[in-house]
Amino acid sequence: MYKIESKNVDFFYGSSQALKNINIAIKPNTVTALIGPSGCGKSTYLRLFNRMNDLIDNTKISGQILIDGDDIYAKGVNVDSLRKKVGMVFQKPNPFPKTIFENVAYGLRVNGISDKKIIEERVETSIKQVVLWDEVKDKLKKSAFELSGGQQQRLCIARALAIQPSIILMDEPTSALDPISTSKVEELIYELKTKYTIVIVTHNMQQAGRVSDTTAFFYMGELIEYDNTKTIFTNPKIERTQNYITGRFG
Amino acid sequence: MKTFYKKFSEKFIEGLLMLSGTVTSLTVILIVIFLFKEGLGVFDKKPVEEGYVIAINKNNAIRKITSAEIKNIYDQKITHWNEVGGKPDSIVLFRLEDISNFYSDDEIGENFEGLPNCINRLVDSLPNIIAFFPEKYLIKDFKGKQLEIDKIKLAEFFGGKEWLPTAQPSAQLGVLPLIMGTLWVSLGAILLALPLGLAAAVYMSEIAKDNVRRIMKPLIELLAGIPSVVYGFFGLVIIVPLIQKTFNLPVGETGLAGSIILGIMALPTIITISEDAMRNTPRAMKEASLALGASKWQTIYKVVVPYSISGITAGAILGIGRAIGETMAVLMVTGNAAVMPHSILEPVRTIPATIAAELGEASNGGLHYKALFALGCILFLITLFINLTVEFVTSRNKHNKH
Amino acid sequence: MDVIDENKLAKSKKRKQAIAFWIFRILSYSVVAILFIILSFIVIKGISVINWNFISQMPEEGMTKGGIYPAIIGTLCLVAGSMLFAFPIGVMAAIYMNEYVKAGLIKKIIKQMTNNLAGIPSIVFGLFGMSLFVNKLGFGDSILAGSLTLGLLALPVVIRTTEESLKAVEDTFRQASLGLGASKWETTRKVVLPIAFPNIITGLILSIGRVSGETAPILFTVAAYFLPKLPTSIFDQAMALPYHLYVISTSGTNIEESRPIAYGTALVLIIIVLIANLLANALRKYFGKKVKMN
Repeated sequence: MYKIESKNVDFFYGSSQALKNINIAIKPNTVTALIGPSGCGKSTYLRLFNRMNDLIDNTKISGQILIDGDDIYAKGVNVDSLRKKVGMVFQKPNPFPKTIFENVAYGLRVNGISDKKIIEERVETSIKQVVLWDEVKDKLKKSAFELSGGQQQRLCIARALAIQPSIILMDEPTSALDPISTSKVEELIYELKTKYTIVIVTHNMQQAGRVSDTTAFFYMGELIEYDNTKTIFTNPKIERTQNYITGRFG
Repeated sequence: MKTFYKKFSEKFIEGLLMLSGTVTSLTVILIVIFLFKEGLGVFDKKPVEEGYVIAINKNNAIRKITSAEIKNIYDQKITHWNEVGGKPDSIVLFRLEDISNFYSDDEIGENFEGLPNCINRLVDSLPNIIAFFPEKYLIKDFKGKQLEIDKIKLAEFFGGKEWLPTAQPSAQLGVLPLIMGTLWVSLGAILLALPLGLAAAVYMSEIAKDNVRRIMKPLIELLAGIPSVVYGFFGLVIIVPLIQKTFNLPVGETGLAGSIILGIMALPTIITISEDAMRNTPRAMKEASLALGASKWQTIYKVVVPYSISGITAGAILGIGRAIGETMAVLMVTGNAAVMPHSILEPVRTIPATIAAELGEASNGGLHYKALFALGCILFLITLFINLTVEFVTSRNKHNKH
Repeated sequence: MDVIDENKLAKSKKRKQAIAFWIFRILSYSVVAILFIILSFIVIKGISVINWNFISQMPEEGMTKGGIYPAIIGTLCLVAGSMLFAFPIGVMAAIYMNEYVKAGLIKKIIKQMTNNLAGIPSIVFGLFGMSLFVNKLGFGDSILAGSLTLGLLALPVVIRTTEESLKAVEDTFRQASLGLGASKWETTRKVVLPIAFPNIITGLILSIGRVSGETAPILFTVAAYFLPKLPTSIFDQAMALPYHLYVISTSGTNIEESRPIAYGTALVLIIIVLIANLLANALRKYFGKKVKMN
């Protein structure tokens, strides 16, 4: 049983095709890295899993994306509930203009949870999960903007965890962070794998090698190669993958 | 030689540009100087018209009297001297035109040559008289006593509830009704405009499709471009009769009419500024909210509005500022009664409307003229305060964000 | 753990959103409706009044008949006069602020003062114009005094739009020119200004629209109640469209009889504003495309 399955997925911005016939199957509790040069469609592809591209006018998708066996683009699918199940972490830390506590509680509140006890519990667990609790437990009522960039990004991860998703999408989550914060986030990804299925877009080869179990290489809207990370990095079947990974282009 | 010429002309042009750069600053400074020089002059003036005196019998113990007291005496609201600190005798009023009640035409003389003497005798003979007459009829060894009249005081000016700048014998310059009128009308305007304006701003920036927005935007700009006198005219022929009929009033020119027109006029300011602020909300922040399963509406009121709250506040404050400073439209629809407003269905008068309505008839450099400039000063200070508040609100927000 | 019924929650969220969006849509459309009510009212009432005679003839019979020719001419004179003053100074001030002064105290002060000037109500400009130009400098009620007053009022508008146009010019153009040995002024004149020019003109047109409708600043500096002849010099009084509309709708001898004239005058004012807005938008679009194509 796969967690995510993508079958013959094409995607269009207006008349230009951004993704061509993408087929991928992702097992639960794994980390999948999407790599490729910028503009290759990896971010666009990631954003299909929680229907984030719906927000852009004039886009079209064909093919199927199944999560837990259900087609998420089928008619009558509730997008809000889908997004509750599929959390997302963005390129730059983007906390809300609210307190640290309220940032994490946000997803619970908008999903109809109002019980104070449940909210407090979940906020605490989530912040502990991202190993931020000791740093912020005394200033939960302070603005989230007061945190450092790395702390903000971990807070954003906690925010995504609070609504108990089963999948977490990460769109270059460390590209705006310093090396120390980056390694903290990477450790975190490694630990989160036990509970969640993670798909991460990254342009950092080493990062993909360090954190992921499987890797998909995209080039110009096409999926060139998809395999175990180890195979991709040591013994790719396709020359273009090899060239990219060894830094000959991109 | 050529390089020298080039250098010189470069310097010359830079000087010229710099000079132009200082024009706005210079203008603001000049406005302040002229406005306040004339405006503060009002506190150097006496409320009684120049060239006139107020006199009482020499045995009357009163020495000084305020302008409000003079007015109340002549309006017969004060009828006994003890009310102004004298004996409990009733006051005898005397105006110049009353002279024939006391003296015959012969005594006064054909060309009023006997008048000064008559006045002198009258004031001397009636112990409880108060007389108001031109200074030129004051004889040298006048047997009565001229009352000292205080200059206009700050407290009287700001606390006075009556604005009768041309009243005889003593002008009443209380700006309270004008300030209250301005605030009432502006407050009403903003109460009407805020919900409409904010809704339109939210709709344009977050809800409407791009093509709808592309149509609405120039329409809002057009709304901003319509001259205020046209708004006033529209109010006069449509809103005013409508209000009169709806509320069954004697006149439709009311504070409410002013509020409605000013509300419409404040709309573009509120919409444009708060829409800008909302559109500046980072896309990533909206996406983060949606990615957590929030609906678009939840995202708007939980993320977009809080994020852009300072811009929205700035829009609202500037909208109030526009309403407070607006002249023509208000002048045309509010009825311009300079009394303390009790309800929005009564005529009121605002500061700008007062200046516009009265400056034409105020004699240059006189008390009334200076009083109107003082109103200009108040208006200037209010709008300055509003501008600084807006700057404070928006700058504080910048610190907050990064 | 999850006590919440997914479907019920989703439905309620959808319903709330639908209600909210409808309210917002209705309120926004009513803003547009207000505009259309005002415009259509004045157009419908005024269109039958406007004809060649209305535009080209003197007012007659206590302004209840005849045309508004002198008011149109007066407004034209005031617009021309105020722009002759405000446009060059405003553009130069903006050039100084954007091209010459470095960020610092002086720039801050100029900017602050320009903002303050923009925030001053128009009636205060009227007071100032009266005490400085009419009385102190002895111009009397005249086109000169009125133009200068209106010019001061328009100055911040011109400065702001020009500054924005200059800011929109990419720095690479300046660097390229300076790199070729051109002086600062040469760079500004030959490179920056031509690129910014269309936007500057757009600003000029918008300020013309604004100035032609202003009433409060001209009340005591130029406007004549009734003057059935054209001004012959800048020291003459003049009629003006907005003031004309004001007097015939509030204080004429025959308010009811002169109503049609008032509608006509209001329509002429609206048309001026409309043309200014359309022209500015068209220019923006036309040049916007052209710049992109290059």
